[in-house]
Amino acid sequence: MSDIWGGMTQAFWLLITLDADLVEITLRSLRVTLTALLAASLIAFPLAALISVRRFRLRRVTIAVLNALMGLPPVVVGLAVYVLLSRSGPFGVLGLLFTPTAMIIAQVIIIVPLIASIAHQSLRELWSDYHDLLISLNTTKWQRIQALLWDGRRALLTAALAGFGRAIGEVGAIMVVGGNIDHATRVLTTAIALETGKGDFALALGLGFVLIALALIVNLLIHWLSHTESEGRW
Amino acid sequence: MTMLPLIAKGATVRRRGKVLVGPVDLKLGPNGTTMVIGPNGAGKTTLLKMLHGIVRMQKGTLDWACPLEDAQQRQGFVFQTPVMLRRNVRDNIAYPLRLTKVPRAQARARAEDWAALVGLGDAVMRPAHLLSGGERQKLALARALIREPEVLFLDEPCASLDGRATREIEEILQAAAAGRTRIIMSTHNMGQAQRLGTEVIFVLNGRIHEFNPAEDFFALPDTEQARAFLRGDIVE
Repeated sequence: MSDIWGGMTQAFWLLITLDADLVEITLRSLRVTLTALLAASLIAFPLAALISVRRFRLRRVTIAVLNALMGLPPVVVGLAVYVLLSRSGPFGVLGLLFTPTAMIIAQVIIIVPLIASIAHQSLRELWSDYHDLLISLNTTKWQRIQALLWDGRRALLTAALAGFGRAIGEVGAIMVVGGNIDHATRVLTTAIALETGKGDFALALGLGFVLIALALIVNLLIHWLSHTESEGRW
Repeated sequence: MTMLPLIAKGATVRRRGKVLVGPVDLKLGPNGTTMVIGPNGAGKTTLLKMLHGIVRMQKGTLDWACPLEDAQQRQGFVFQTPVMLRRNVRDNIAYPLRLTKVPRAQARARAEDWAALVGLGDAVMRPAHLLSGGERQKLALARALIREPEVLFLDEPCASLDGRATREIEEILQAAAAGRTRIIMSTHNMGQAQRLGTEVIFVLNGRIHEFNPAEDFFALPDTEQARAFLRGDIVE
């Protein structure tokens, strides 16, 4: 119990004194995850709309693969990205290993299947609603995709939030490719792992509370900004 | 260049080896209002969708008097259960115009005019899914008419509507028919068929059983099945 109490008081002090290190790693966590989320959404949303609208030969396979990849072990993704970005790897010359960019790449790979799969579930329903009308109006493929993405935006928001949740709490992959370097690639989750390893449970717990609070605030903020629960809206 | 006549030759729609419609030989001229009637499952909906071009034919041909791409842009379809886009009423009605690159402000202004015309003037900003059944049909009508189609197909637009809503929809259709819109619609309501129709297609078992001017058809159908159908007997 004393650990939890100590964690709460420590979190409290870290927060109200706006501890410089805490602010730094919190902002880095947010920056990495939000950038990854943006990139992943730009890939996953059109992909989800495309496999809802088009009947191509590998469609079923694509959907099955996406669903399977939702459970991709982050640490394996981290390993793969590490191998690709390491000095001897194909993208070694870019010098990206142990940078926030490498962490973003790993997180994008982890959350694209999740976001695409959840988005596809709802866009598919929307498409079966819209199908007759959009065919009858002689729409192009691109116009159909636009209509689905625009009218399904609330469902897409849910998919994006799921992706955010997975990325912000992820530790395995970014530990491997980021290296948890102080003032360079340390984020909330890797800091928690480090402090726990060092036996500083109070600080680890404090960081944990900050992480949970962050996830809550971002979710609430997005819901509030988009009026998700307002009546008569989608 | 006019779209009509529409000429179908041996047009057939099959699903899983079963013939749903056809073979259909049909010539729809430029004038009049065509009523498609027949028992449930006879193939009225599939026939309309086939003529509209959203159901693929396995056999036969369908020729408009103008190139197909033109024809596709100049016709509309109102479904039995109207599709409501997840937008407000105004943007639903404006959607077909937005597809053809009409500027947003102009499309919205015209959509508001049409909303007023079909009696949805007070509801323009309401989300479409909050509309009642009759209002949904009116929205679908306005959305189909906003492109001023030369040919409009309607699949039982007044099914499950009460008398008042039916009358309002018929008034809109009569106004459209008096303009330049050629209407081809299916209905179960024989009174409606007599009020609106100038010619009647009687469909049975996926084929056009009888195609006659409305007056002749309702006075004395050529075939025993059509007579039985008009009497209200069960036709199989």
